Amino acid sequence: MNLLDIINVGLFAGGLRMATPIVFASLGGIFSERVGIINVGLEGMMLTSAFSGVAISFFTGNPWLGVLVAVLAGGLLGLLHALLTVKFIGNQIVSGTGINIFALGFTAYMSQVIWGSRGASEIVQGLKPVSIPLLKDIPIIGEIVGTHTPLVYIMLIITVVCYIILFRTPFGLRIRAVGEHPAASDTAGVNVFKMKYLCVMLSGMLAGLGGVFLSLGHLSLFTWGMTGGRGFIALAAMIFGKWMPFGAFGASLLFGFADALQMRLQSLGLLPPQIILTIPYIITIAVLAGVGGRATPPSDYKPYTKE
Amino acid sequence: MEAQGVATSKIRSWLKSGLERAYPQIIAILLAFLVGAVVLVATGHSPQDAYIAMLSGAFGDKYGIGQTFTQATPIIFTALAFLFAFKCGLFNIGAEGQLIVGALAAALAGISFGDVPAFIHIPMALLAGALAGGLWGLMPAILKTRLGAHEVITTMMLSYVATYLTSYMVNYPFKAPGWVAQTVPIAASAELPRILSPTQLSASIFIAVAFAGLIFYCLQRTAFGYAVRATGLNPPAAESGGINVKREMILALVISGAIAGLGGAGEVLGVHRRFIDGFSPGYGWDGLAVALVGGLHPIGVILAAILFGALRSGGMTMTRATGVPLDIVTILQALVVLFVTAPMLIRYLVRRGRYRG
Repeated sequence: MNLLDIINVGLFAGGLRMATPIVFASLGGIFSERVGIINVGLEGMMLTSAFSGVAISFFTGNPWLGVLVAVLAGGLLGLLHALLTVKFIGNQIVSGTGINIFALGFTAYMSQVIWGSRGASEIVQGLKPVSIPLLKDIPIIGEIVGTHTPLVYIMLIITVVCYIILFRTPFGLRIRAVGEHPAASDTAGVNVFKMKYLCVMLSGMLAGLGGVFLSLGHLSLFTWGMTGGRGFIALAAMIFGKWMPFGAFGASLLFGFADALQMRLQSLGLLPPQIILTIPYIITIAVLAGVGGRATPPSDYKPYTKE
Repeated sequence: MEAQGVATSKIRSWLKSGLERAYPQIIAILLAFLVGAVVLVATGHSPQDAYIAMLSGAFGDKYGIGQTFTQATPIIFTALAFLFAFKCGLFNIGAEGQLIVGALAAALAGISFGDVPAFIHIPMALLAGALAGGLWGLMPAILKTRLGAHEVITTMMLSYVATYLTSYMVNYPFKAPGWVAQTVPIAASAELPRILSPTQLSASIFIAVAFAGLIFYCLQRTAFGYAVRATGLNPPAAESGGINVKREMILALVISGAIAGLGGAGEVLGVHRRFIDGFSPGYGWDGLAVALVGGLHPIGVILAAILFGALRSGGMTMTRATGVPLDIVTILQALVVLFVTAPMLIRYLVRRGRYRG
């Protein structure tokens, strides 16, 4: 066996594919943290959406309807997180953790109700890959980015859109102002609470896209705890990317690559699977350790109350 | 006579203040069961049947009670682990991983030394568990204080690493012969005595309760505990008050991990008598919920752990009797966490209920 069996075009295509859920979730993390709300619940939002998408596709046979409901489910959990932390001033990390535990229990429970199995759902209609004409014919690059499920391309577009919204529109300016200085934004006429609700819901919806990519875009089924900590890895990508959409995108590519490498090594059977499975987590810790101290958060995350 | 009267009135006022303190928690638990009932009805189950089956399974007979306390034991440990770090302002959400590495270390210590008297072997194996858990707490502590990596992410990531690493250990180097991924049984001299046969309840529960007292004493009555709490309340103020904030944080996370590791050791030495891959159904998460529902107080923690232990042991009876998936227990647990997160929500709901009533 030589190195080319491991590192080749397929690995890079896989890296882009496995980066997709992390990009979505880290963009979600950015919107939430930019208005001063820590969203540790990304993981649970992803998991709930992964489940919802498969359940809807199972009942209707329409995976795109599944994607839509998955986004709504993520938004709903975002609303819950906003209610608990903005309106009722609950602890942000505890609320997010509660959402994660809820997602784990709820999806496992519903899995048994619908499919009679805790471990995995039935295989459902997933999203079919598409090829981009012209792009797919470019050597090497075409093989890496030319053929994917549509959600991969949607991810690329949304990353750019998020950047434009956050840094090129008055709306984005307001978002950033709310996180940096809520009292001043309030004085300037920005509805701080409305912005927080909106952005945390948006955060959940983006995480939802990431979750449904895993279930409908990648596997066409739901398995127990299938997000496997990607919500937390997305938080690390967000920090590594300095709370900027393109930064988070770049960091997610790195983590996605680690994930694809892990899968490739597993399929080659070079090391015991349990050892290989630790790679993405160890890389996440290493990256966080390398960057943690120097990254300045966009907010102090204190709850805002009107005098 | 008079002294007795004073004593009873003292107990009464102590109980009253306890109840007043626990009021939001009790409401949160009731609300969680209410929402849980909605989930049960929506999925075609009778909440009444499910809850009654759960209750009778958990407390109906000697066996049920024994299993309830068996399940409560590791939860007391993980709750104390979460509590200790939390008092220092740190979120250790990786107690699950610390518990698992502690369990494996204790199992290896229990297997490795054959001819040691029990009074040496048991403490040695417990210590191995605590050390391994402490090491698993030391890593995020150093990552946080030296490199600024947030402990919520690192403890979670390390939990996954612990799961896979221990799974590797019992699938390859330390695998017992046979199909199951587990170690060989520990030596008899390392076994913690069972205290209520035929249930699996072991002496580990005494260690758990003792630690609840110890942790409380340490936090409330010692200079170190004061430094930990001061760090948790306001790190800059603590720093200017002469407290070495980074040192307290490292110690708090190491102690937190060690307590969780000790809980894992208790499971191996008292309950399973070997390390089994995937033995923990999520005791780490139970601990987080229990610490919060217990109001971050040792007595509250013990009571809440018994409740969550009852959910786990009664839940199994419920699943057998009614076919309701066991994961309703996890849903209930999450709902309790979500409701206790925001005491203002409880007050808001109670007030609205009063106006309507």
